[in-house]
Amino acid sequence: MDIKVLGPGCKKCKELEKAVHKAVEEIGVDAVVEKVEDMDKITEYNVLMTPGLVVNGKVKVFGRVPKHKDIVRYIQEEM
Amino acid sequence: MAETCSCTCNCDASEILIFPCSGSSNVGQIANQAGVELTKAGVGKMFCLAGIGGHVDSFIESAKGAKRIVAIDGCPVQCAKKTLEHAGLTITDYILVTGEGITKNHDFDLQTDDVKKICDKIKANLGDG
Repeated sequence: MDIKVLGPGCKKCKELEKAVHKAVEEIGVDAVVEKVEDMDKITEYNVLMTPGLVVNGKVKVFGRVPKHKDIVRYIQEEM
Repeated sequence: MAETCSCTCNCDASEILIFPCSGSSNVGQIANQAGVELTKAGVGKMFCLAGIGGHVDSFIESAKGAKRIVAIDGCPVQCAKKTLEHAGLTITDYILVTGEGITKNHDFDLQTDDVKKICDKIKANLGDG
């Protein structure tokens, strides 16, 4: 599974990255989590704001750090 | 050292999302311009109502987490309100431009004072006035 956390590196972006790692570990899914910090690349995902979460190429949510249960759900939707 | 944020995230102002109807009349465009000005002022973040209307999953999912959802409708047709409600989103703050004494027409030469009036009203509603 391919997971991308979109964000140039502010507090919430870091929070989301940490939360995604936690969810991946909990689910036990084989996933590569990549932090995308390049604004040009982030723009390609058509998110209105960061942080953003992309799972297997699908934008799941942006502009906030979702609750843990929601991050788990976004990942499970793509399993 | 305090961390400064130069990105487009919701770290500072937001979790207040602003949805103008952006309709094709003066009041629709006053709503739109108010959304722009409030975003530039850091009061909240303007969001794509069309993304909600188009039922784009990530847009709806992202809007669900907002602490406050501000809908700005130009006229009593209430397209912004209806679009948000249709998507299951709860509006916390609502303003109708024609309800503020601004008459609907199809002149797109917007009056700065009219935009300011709407911005001030929203700021006051949000406790930011």
